[in-house]
Amino acid sequence: MNILSLLILIPIITVFGIAFSRSKNMVRIVALVGMSAQLLTAIVLMFSYYATRDAGVTAQMIFYQDIEWFKFLNIHYTVGVDGISVAMILLTGVVTFAGILASWEVEYLQKEFFISLILLATGVFGFFISLDLFLMFLFYEIAVIPMYFLIGIWGTGPKEYSAMKLTLMLMGGSALMTVGLLGLYFNSKGADGQLTFNILEIAKVNIPKSTQMFFFPFIFVGFGVLGALYPFHTWSPDGHASAPTAVSMLHAGVLMKLGGYGCFRVAMYLLPEAANALSWIFIILATISVVYGAFGVIWQKDLKYINAYASVSHVGLITFALMMMNKVTLDGAIIQMISHGLTTALFFALIGMIYGRTHTRMLDKMGGLMKVMPFLAVGFMIAGFSTLGLPGLSGFVAETTVFIGAFQHFDIFHRIATILVVSSIVIAAVYVLRMVGKLLFGPIVDEHHSKLKDAKWFEKISVGTLVIAIAGIGIAPFWLYNLISYSLTPIMSRLNEFSNLYTHIF
Amino acid sequence: MNLQDFLPMRHEILLVFLMIVIILCEIFISEKSKHYVINISIVLFVLQTIVGFLPIQQGNMFGGMFQNDLFRSTLKNILSIGVLIVFLQSSGWLKKEENKGKISEYFLLLLSTLIGMFFMVSSGDFLMMYLGLELATIPITALAAYERNKSKSAEAGIKLLLISALSTGVLLYGISMIYGTTGSVYFADVAVNFGKSSLQILGLIFFVAGMGFKISLVPFHLWTADVYEGAPISVTAYLSVISKGAAVFIFMIILYKVFGALFDMWNSLLYVLAVVTMTVGNLFAIRQNNMKRFLAFSSIAQAGFILLGILGSNAMGAASVAYFVLIYIVTNLGAFGVVSAIYNASGKEDMREYNGLYKTNPMLSLVMTLALFSLAGIPPVAGFFGKFFLFTSAASHGYYILVLIAVINATISLYYYLRVIKAMFIDPNDNPIPYFKTDVPARIGLVICVAGIFIVGFATSIYEAIYKFTSLM
Repeated sequence: MNILSLLILIPIITVFGIAFSRSKNMVRIVALVGMSAQLLTAIVLMFSYYATRDAGVTAQMIFYQDIEWFKFLNIHYTVGVDGISVAMILLTGVVTFAGILASWEVEYLQKEFFISLILLATGVFGFFISLDLFLMFLFYEIAVIPMYFLIGIWGTGPKEYSAMKLTLMLMGGSALMTVGLLGLYFNSKGADGQLTFNILEIAKVNIPKSTQMFFFPFIFVGFGVLGALYPFHTWSPDGHASAPTAVSMLHAGVLMKLGGYGCFRVAMYLLPEAANALSWIFIILATISVVYGAFGVIWQKDLKYINAYASVSHVGLITFALMMMNKVTLDGAIIQMISHGLTTALFFALIGMIYGRTHTRMLDKMGGLMKVMPFLAVGFMIAGFSTLGLPGLSGFVAETTVFIGAFQHFDIFHRIATILVVSSIVIAAVYVLRMVGKLLFGPIVDEHHSKLKDAKWFEKISVGTLVIAIAGIGIAPFWLYNLISYSLTPIMSRLNEFSNLYTHIF
Repeated sequence: MNLQDFLPMRHEILLVFLMIVIILCEIFISEKSKHYVINISIVLFVLQTIVGFLPIQQGNMFGGMFQNDLFRSTLKNILSIGVLIVFLQSSGWLKKEENKGKISEYFLLLLSTLIGMFFMVSSGDFLMMYLGLELATIPITALAAYERNKSKSAEAGIKLLLISALSTGVLLYGISMIYGTTGSVYFADVAVNFGKSSLQILGLIFFVAGMGFKISLVPFHLWTADVYEGAPISVTAYLSVISKGAAVFIFMIILYKVFGALFDMWNSLLYVLAVVTMTVGNLFAIRQNNMKRFLAFSSIAQAGFILLGILGSNAMGAASVAYFVLIYIVTNLGAFGVVSAIYNASGKEDMREYNGLYKTNPMLSLVMTLALFSLAGIPPVAGFFGKFFLFTSAASHGYYILVLIAVINATISLYYYLRVIKAMFIDPNDNPIPYFKTDVPARIGLVICVAGIFIVGFATSIYEAIYKFTSLM
């Protein structure tokens, strides 16, 4: 059996296991075992990926498997991975594992909670391995729908509103995507004269420019909604703020990356000419996302809103890096996806743990937590430092790569955009340091907080896993770089074919 | 002609036979044990459904008035499955005290409409089609007024009767124009003799309008909500799924086979109708709180999506429509099954009374959720595949803007489907509908629906089979 199909099978088996579990304890143990197996599979996948590459296999996608599904439309069950997918799968594995541990003490409708959470993860894993547009789209929607239940049932605050807003906006995005995918399909007639949904096949076809220009916005904006592209980001703060801890982690950490990954794998790879011609629009939007998100944080007092707006800013950076379109920025974009996924997951996990103890998320009602819960506080500081880009942590690697790449453009338009985006680092330093200082140091604001306990074992594992991953990338970025770099070449060369055709409007 | 020549008419002949058996039962079974009629009818109909799938299905009869081929047989079998589910779901309701005296009426009337639909689907000329249509419509008005003590039910019956009469008149007027200009009522002859005279175009428009009433396309939908609300639930389910499905099938067959020459005309006509139907149906559904009215408007919107498939106007379009109707049958009957089970147990049919249903009746809530997701087109349930293929079929003609409008409408529809889910799962309620046991036949019906919702999407062989038969049409 193909190792990739295992990535879908394990979660499904886990879901059935949970459904038939009898006690509360058994449910979470089954969930944990399943997701540990999943993480292990992801790690094995990474090593076998390295081994295969070292053995000299040069195919773009390896572990490729292709089974015919709907014959007349030429829909296949096609899976395969390159280094980028492997990196995303690892990220998802880590975050899901940490998420299960972070929701160890869910009481209300516990079984349903874990089932929905793992269904969501299934969708994400499936999305990253599929090479058939139909399959990809199917998994995308599977990943989105459990969010409604997760936020609506287990959320806090205005949860019905947030859940509905999030679901409808993301489904609106997928509506746009449908049009784009159908457009790609009906223009994919290649050498063998057959229409196809296969990404690798479509990449060989030169779709006429006018067609590309028509469909590119549909696909890019469709995925961009999930990537919190301005002005379609408004679901993100509300959704994250209302969601329960593990859901915020998975959503900000992994699900939002589906947007970036899709933009890059589908929109830019398959429609390179339009990507070059239209990049300026999306650079403007992404710049607004980055700067607006960063300024948005400063006004917030709720910890979750702080991190949600910070996410808008950092995910905007991914879109920005993608649209800058040179080898370095693309590297940076992928590393930023991983880095932000881990960092923000850690952040949300810690916010959830702190909230579980203090029962407030308002910054002005807390203070001096370092004395009370040193483990969580240190974790919080690490997450904060990674967000503001401290060397030695993953945020630094990602942001530096993006900015170095972005400065390689010499024209004024790109320069101005880059400078604006770089300024967000300074703002990030302002809000992170302010938040960390207020929350962790100084006097204890609320007397009740002084008796709180520090992290329990499952919380320690959850936080530990994420911290190790973040520090690992920060200290030894080259292994991640090696993983993705080779896989970027075909996409880069496809983009380069057209990059000289357009001189910019400025 | 020997008896063997009648084999292609098997579906219809067997149904007549079945009806005679039910009449005999009605006469000879004593008043006390009348409820056995339900079981007898259901078992007989199961046999009928199975026999429908047996081979030897092709053939023309009566000089081409009656045609049967694999495609049409498939359509009939799809309808049969739907009717079977309706029967299963209605048994609990028929056992109630007030319905005791008229059990066999229900089956007789329903089966005679089904015969009408079968003749309609198999028709080879306009006369046969008209005959089938009438046979399919008039008994159902009696069924809508089945609970004659309730004024709403009576109102539904009379409304349906008047609207049907009007729409049939419109349809017949259109047919008379076509007959007048081509000199024939046979589909094959009409298609050959088609010019593009303005009278023929007028005939087409009247035809589309007449069928529009039957399929309840906007702006011919005004009867739908009232009739659906007033009629008994199982009749509503039948109307919204089976009736509509049969009308869609014959509408599609005639457009493809007879009006092929006027392709440009009816294409732009359907384009506009599809946009209006989807949008208006959706916008009205948002405001509904009565579950039956809610499903009525949702079914109007779904009819708009079906038009997208018809617009594809090729084998893929036809196959997608048949496939979608099959999915729509299991899906919508799943939703109606839950509504009817709840109504039978507690008499409640308002969305707000569903609050907190998951806590007390988790299985029913899950079935409802699956059905609603399938209606909304969310994977991995069947509705997703059905909708995607309809969109593909429209996109194959380059109607990307129409597809865009459709997918936006699908997103809007998700909002109101989620409203029901929100009521069941999220909204708190101090006094939810207490736990109750659904009766066994209804439960079997729901199991069939759920199985269909899961299997029809993933099993490619079903689509492949339909597709193969379509190209034989």
